[in-house]
Amino acid sequence: MNASNHNAQPTPAPEPKTLWGLLIEFDSPEALKRAAERVRDAGFTRWDAYTPFPMHGLDRAMGVRPTILPWITLGGALIGAFGGLLMQWWMNAVDYPYLISGKPFFSLPILNGLPMLYHAVFTSRRFRRATTDGFYIAIEARDPTFDLERTREFAASLGGVAVEPLEE
Amino acid sequence: MSSTSFDNTFQDPRRRAPLVLGGHTLASLTDRVCEVVERPRPPRAWYIAFAISSTLVAVLVSLIAYLIGVGIGVWGVNQPVGWGFAIINFVFWVGIGHAGTLISAILFLLRHRWRTCINRSAEAMTIFAIICAGMFPAIHVGRVWFEYWLAPYPNQMFVWPNFRSPLMWDAFAVGTYFTVSLLFWYLGMIPDLATLRDRAKTRLRFWVYGILAVGWRGSNRHWHRYERGYLLLAALATPLVLSVHSVVSFDFAVSILPGWHSTIFPPYFVAGAIFSGAAMVVTLLVPARELFGLKDFITPRHLENLNKLTLTTGSMVAYAYIIELFMAWYSGSVYEKFAAANRALGPYGWLYCLMILCNLVAPQFFWFKTCRTRALIMWIISVLVNVGMWLERFVIVVVSLSRDFLPSSWGFYKPTWVDLGILAGSFGLFLTLFLLFCRYLPIVAMAEVKNDLPRENH
Repeated sequence: MNASNHNAQPTPAPEPKTLWGLLIEFDSPEALKRAAERVRDAGFTRWDAYTPFPMHGLDRAMGVRPTILPWITLGGALIGAFGGLLMQWWMNAVDYPYLISGKPFFSLPILNGLPMLYHAVFTSRRFRRATTDGFYIAIEARDPTFDLERTREFAASLGGVAVEPLEE
Repeated sequence: MSSTSFDNTFQDPRRRAPLVLGGHTLASLTDRVCEVVERPRPPRAWYIAFAISSTLVAVLVSLIAYLIGVGIGVWGVNQPVGWGFAIINFVFWVGIGHAGTLISAILFLLRHRWRTCINRSAEAMTIFAIICAGMFPAIHVGRVWFEYWLAPYPNQMFVWPNFRSPLMWDAFAVGTYFTVSLLFWYLGMIPDLATLRDRAKTRLRFWVYGILAVGWRGSNRHWHRYERGYLLLAALATPLVLSVHSVVSFDFAVSILPGWHSTIFPPYFVAGAIFSGAAMVVTLLVPARELFGLKDFITPRHLENLNKLTLTTGSMVAYAYIIELFMAWYSGSVYEKFAAANRALGPYGWLYCLMILCNLVAPQFFWFKTCRTRALIMWIISVLVNVGMWLERFVIVVVSLSRDFLPSSWGFYKPTWVDLGILAGSFGLFLTLFLLFCRYLPIVAMAEVKNDLPRENH
């Protein structure tokens, strides 16, 4: 079993004209792993181990660094996702707009306008009670019927506790 | 060494059930799996099955030629039932594929080691099922010479496909599914193809397997990239198990037809897909393990697990059937109520009852261990499930279309001999591809199973 402990004899084969390397055979995965550690420690860099199935722990025994494959995959996934989105936007919203059931020509699957970390209502100290026990109505200045003087009067007549103008 | 007298279906948690029986070593496992490919002649039963299935392929090819030559009129479809056998068969075959992806991707990510002995054949089944499925929309469009209109390409009409149409999603979903499944299957097979290359006795085999194995040497750097790549592909394939059949269900659910317009469709379709797929794996593997002497690798425990999967998903499907009836009543919509009553009691009611027997009643026998472990019983049940799941798609597609809102526009759909011939032909195509796979490719993922062999056998 301990094939790594006694010195392997070179097979009697004709000496090659140009030498590529030396091949060493082991009869168990454990022996291979022990030997791989020693080859690594001996400082070789152009060498590899060959096994009939993936051997766990051999990467460390050989000192193989992780592959960049996951990043390549991520790049492919992002190109695919944005490429697909770009295609739909160009074909159905720009070059030949389709009106389907009154939906926007182009829309993204994002919920409720979230995430949105800044909003005008957050400028009010009063509004912090919105998540505790406060009840509010906000009328936006961009509303077509909005008029500062008249809407301020109207707001005061609604029977609220306070009326506060908010900055954009 | 060869017999499978040992029962590995015990439930004793103190002992780990062996995945592979027969005390195999690395070499004997390789010999046994490669023997299926390397023996000079396959068993006689293989020839008989191949003769039948390839005849059916010939029938399929000639009927498709007839269909293209004469037109869609050779089918039974007409107003109001414009979606006949072609769409039923499409949904049926896409569904079959799902169990393969579940076994190969989801069970891999969840570290269910038992998948290693059956994943190769289940993935092969997935690919062949998608091939059968993809054929149907293609011939269903009628004028197949305009097939390329589906593709988004700049054209002289200055129009693009409508990406808000479920039918477009379908084309992309199934296309993606096929591509990912094929890559996953091939990537997993490369080490085993290299094994076949290294054992090749003829030059032809050496070259064909050699090219397919892309020079695989089992180097640790190969294995390192292979394992990462396999993991990433499994992660990419996992959402497909849920998304593809959801998109197929949108073809129905997005319409306003009673019996189709329902939010339960996506989960109901996905459960049904895995249900039918698991049953199809059992239908194929029970004879295959017998025929090719693979009982040491495809053990009673594997089959029992598949039967448990069939039972679980079958019960989900049963739940969906019951909820559909409940929702039809609870909705208060006269059309929904009529659609439900018409399914069970209308002109196609006998098919609905047969479907209930096959899909709701038959898998419940898998509560009993005898039924889960006896080959003949499980095979009969799995065939019944396949019949039932085909009938389910018939009930969904045809019954709703034949009687919708307005009685004056009702109709009755009857398949023609061409419909039946193409259905039989698609089974022929599926079986032919599977038989060729068994004969020419490694049917068990040897490298993966070697990893799971007990250490003392190495």
